[in-house]
Amino acid sequence: MTRSFSWLYLAIAFGFIYLPVGALVLFSFQDGGLPVPPFNGPSLRWYGEVLSDRNVTSALFHSLLVAVGSSAIAVMLGFFAAYGLARYVLPGSVFIRALLIAPLTVSYLIVGLGLLIVLTRMGLGLSLITVGIGHVVINLPLAFAIIYASMGAQHENAERAARDLGATEAWVLLLVTAPMLSPAIAAAFFLSVTLSWDEFIIAFLLTRFDITLPVEIWSMLRSGLSPSLNAIGSFVFLISVAALLLLELTVLRRRK
Amino acid sequence: MKSDNVKWGWGFVTPALFWTIAFFVVPLAVMAAMSFANLEGRSLTWGFHLDNYEELATRTYLKRAVLVSLEITLTVTLVSVVLAYPLAAIIAFRVPLRWQRIVLLLAILPFWTSYVVRSYAWLLVLAREGLINQTLIELGIITEPLTLANTRFATVTGFVHFFVMLLTLTIYANLKQLSPNYRLAAMDLGANTFQTFRHVIMPLTLPGIVTGAFLTFVLCIGDYVTPHILGGNNELTMPQVIMVQLGRRADFPLASALAMVMMGMVTLVYLASARWLRIDRV
Repeated sequence: MTRSFSWLYLAIAFGFIYLPVGALVLFSFQDGGLPVPPFNGPSLRWYGEVLSDRNVTSALFHSLLVAVGSSAIAVMLGFFAAYGLARYVLPGSVFIRALLIAPLTVSYLIVGLGLLIVLTRMGLGLSLITVGIGHVVINLPLAFAIIYASMGAQHENAERAARDLGATEAWVLLLVTAPMLSPAIAAAFFLSVTLSWDEFIIAFLLTRFDITLPVEIWSMLRSGLSPSLNAIGSFVFLISVAALLLLELTVLRRRK
Repeated sequence: MKSDNVKWGWGFVTPALFWTIAFFVVPLAVMAAMSFANLEGRSLTWGFHLDNYEELATRTYLKRAVLVSLEITLTVTLVSVVLAYPLAAIIAFRVPLRWQRIVLLLAILPFWTSYVVRSYAWLLVLAREGLINQTLIELGIITEPLTLANTRFATVTGFVHFFVMLLTLTIYANLKQLSPNYRLAAMDLGANTFQTFRHVIMPLTLPGIVTGAFLTFVLCIGDYVTPHILGGNNELTMPQVIMVQLGRRADFPLASALAMVMMGMVTLVYLASARWLRIDRV
């Protein structure tokens, strides 16, 4: 590969990668009813419209609620399971590990379908809680794997020292193990929040009236191309990029 | 030293295990049983009926969906690998070391918008009155707009867009793990760039490629959003047919049977590629 070919390929690849998101953000400032050329603007009118839409803001709130709640549960369960498997000799531990990781290998559609069948058979109503249950199922394996991987033997001495000094098991976990693993716990939590906040198919199948943001966007899509969809998409993009920058500047910078 | 106080150990593991069994294993088992149930009008009879699978094997639109899903998924996997490999290689070997992290971050950045919006954004580009058609008409290259949206081409483009990014990351990580000595040794022994790639680099990065391709296959074959938004209703994929069965017809047994076939296909591909897979290294 010659040098100029390399740069050309890189430029075309980045053009391809940025083409849709560029169109999305540009036409969110469109002054008119359709997000297609020619571009008139810029105008902030669609942002105003979207942010004052009660359906959108309540869906945004629901998404955050489900994301934070389900991630907290997933990380807690994952942390305990990782601690139990890393520090105790358990019969069948290889099998337990495989079982905890298993949901990663099944597509979200099938996880949602299985839960939907059981819930409707049992006559249970669908709500944000059932969405949260589904999101814990998909995030628990990741949280467990991330925390388990960083639970090295080097932490054991500190735990043993604490026990020798009279700490009970609960205090060891709370005051010694958890703080030592806080980078892994934070990483697992943020990854879970990102995945849950943006998850569509499980949220679509397992809720009826209280819908989350991706499902709200989905229902808006039915009326075709609209600058308000561009505005929501760009807004979500802006929040994610800001969160990413914040994480990069605080958590990741400190590690170096 | 691990403690062998089994009671405490189980105490820590049980909550996660309970959640996984109650909300994952049991629902999948019920779904498997459901695929053998029989739906007559509104009444459901459990048991061991093969009706749903027979329907899958005989009804043309169901067979077609299995085929369409497979074709799209294989195309996407192949195209993504072929496009991502050079990109990963250029970033790993041509871009100056201190810029590499920035370039990778920039490549991931556009995927931080909402998942549903990502497919919608491609619609803006490909629609009849969208960016590409308007630009080509403006330039006088075409007079009538091309049909780009609501085609298999649109579905594949949407998928490839995402998976090129994913595969570039996995292949880049693989290329960086290789010691540069392999490349230098091959060059010293008289191999040209192509021969070095063909006989040294490619075989050494094969596990990474297979792992990435497997991930692409699994995520692509189970996705409902991209084919539904970009492909339209001209040809349905398996996830689309599953959703149709759930929604309009409330035919849970047939949907379950389709889901079982999908899981079976993923398992087959897993077994076929298990030799090279390094899931733990992704």
